[in-house]
Amino acid sequence: MISVLLVAERDNQSEISQSTLQAITAARSLGDAQITAVIAGDADGSAASLAVDRVVTISAVDSADVGIYEQASAQLAALISSNSPDVVILSKSDFGSIVGVRVAFRVDAPFAPDCIEISNAAGSTNVTRPVYGGSALAEFEIASSPAIVTLRAGAFQPSNDTGSPEVEDFDSGATADRSVYVSDTIAEVREGIRLEDADFVVSGGRGLGGPEPFSVLTDLANVLGGAVGASRAACDAGWIDHSYQVGLTGKSVSPDVYIAVGISGASQHMAGCSSSRAIVAINKDGDSNIFKEARFGVVGDWEKVLPSFLATVRDLKA
Amino acid sequence: MTARIVVLAKQVPDPETPPSQFKIDESAKKVIPPSGVPPVVNGFDLNAVEAALQLRDVGEDVEITVLSVGTGFVMDAMKKPLAMGADRLVLVDDPSLDGIDSTATVKVLAAAIEKDGPFDLILGGRQAADWDQAHVTLGLAEVLGLPLVSLVQKLKINGDSVALQRVIPDGYQVITAPVPSVLTITNELGEPRYPNLRGIMQASRKKPESLSLADLGLSNDDLAPKLKLKKLYVPESNRQVELIEGEDEADSGKKLALRLREEKLI
Repeated sequence: MISVLLVAERDNQSEISQSTLQAITAARSLGDAQITAVIAGDADGSAASLAVDRVVTISAVDSADVGIYEQASAQLAALISSNSPDVVILSKSDFGSIVGVRVAFRVDAPFAPDCIEISNAAGSTNVTRPVYGGSALAEFEIASSPAIVTLRAGAFQPSNDTGSPEVEDFDSGATADRSVYVSDTIAEVREGIRLEDADFVVSGGRGLGGPEPFSVLTDLANVLGGAVGASRAACDAGWIDHSYQVGLTGKSVSPDVYIAVGISGASQHMAGCSSSRAIVAINKDGDSNIFKEARFGVVGDWEKVLPSFLATVRDLKA
Repeated sequence: MTARIVVLAKQVPDPETPPSQFKIDESAKKVIPPSGVPPVVNGFDLNAVEAALQLRDVGEDVEITVLSVGTGFVMDAMKKPLAMGADRLVLVDDPSLDGIDSTATVKVLAAAIEKDGPFDLILGGRQAADWDQAHVTLGLAEVLGLPLVSLVQKLKINGDSVALQRVIPDGYQVITAPVPSVLTITNELGEPRYPNLRGIMQASRKKPESLSLADLGLSNDDLAPKLKLKKLYVPESNRQVELIEGEDEADSGKKLALRLREEKLI
């Protein structure tokens, strides 16, 4: 039997995050595993009914830690040292990406970020992760433990099971470095559905040629009840805010339908949307990579294709 | 007093290489460099160079050192930060550094920074375009025992501290960090400047300073990987696109919508 430490997170509504539910599926796929979920804060609500064997809360981590994750890193490193798990699983979130590395270096453990597959056999953990912006896959063997990994959002189905784990609190007594202060958090207020939660995403890229066309994309997203996204090229050009960026260094989305307008489909962009149920591409270059990833496509000028597409969708929805 | 800034930079295959030209030698577990597409400095690292130069733009007295670890450096690529305005280029160049993992990279960087330091700020890009790990700079902060702030989109030196903006998924945080600190810079900071002719001329006259592993008191034993690469390959895509063709482009748009309805997708 192997022991797995799963680092759980809450979303903005204080519910257990989807990526944590996905991590539970990944942990349970490792076979005969003793799974301990660890979560910063108290085990209120859904944390106490996770489908794991044990829940460890770290109530000593407070909200001042957000963004720095110094307390969480110190506590988690201490927990790992005392529990000696074989595998530590985190989400590839802001929290998981930072805490995973910090802890790995503190306990001198191997770290593999952004994994899409994980298995464990004969004392070794094997992981697969996309590299070169998603152009290639790399398989690694991790012979020493704990193997600390983060999982890519959407790589595993979320677990809908519930359990009745024992709950206990942990406090290493470690005092964190307080030399870095977060004095303010500025939230960008956005109307409508969150990009990550949308069933329909309408994304625009370099091919749009400027900021104005995003209003047409917004119209289409509104008719579909979805959200607008963008490629990094469109964001870097200043046509739309970076918080709309889909891709390796932006958001990961997995809507039912992802409509890519004027997006060439570089692997770095596809890394953020390839788990969509269907990708629909509108691009005037028939050779562009997006048509290798899309299920439906139109080769043509978006300025001519999109208005009639929008009008027809509007009729169908009426 | 001059603030010493070191920017970590990595030479990578050009990430703009078209997917059709991206090839892997599976037996060597390496990317085959595409012919006619020279390597580049990782784009996110140029964001970090830009961040350092912006400090100079607002009147800070800074010395900017660019530090890289690897082998087979192509000077046309590696001198770009100098052409942009950086002062020094330090290369830890050793054949045994080919293909080392991030733990070893951190070890070598830490040794180079201790030898060449002290530095007031250590800047890195948010991630490298080859292994996409986004963790060398973060690990370096741990090894050096310095405060870390990642995904910085704005920075300003205020005496012995730095005022920062850190990008979060839906907004940003306002953060104060001490000097010295380790920061990763994100592309939200803005496009790296293009080198001007004067910069290119100055860069061409500058010689990189080289350090060997032995100079850093390290040996091959220090480079043992924690992760063993078993396989590197290009995933097969068996997706077949269904192209919708109407009488004209407007008709194609209409037919596309009808087809998606037929598939119950909308």
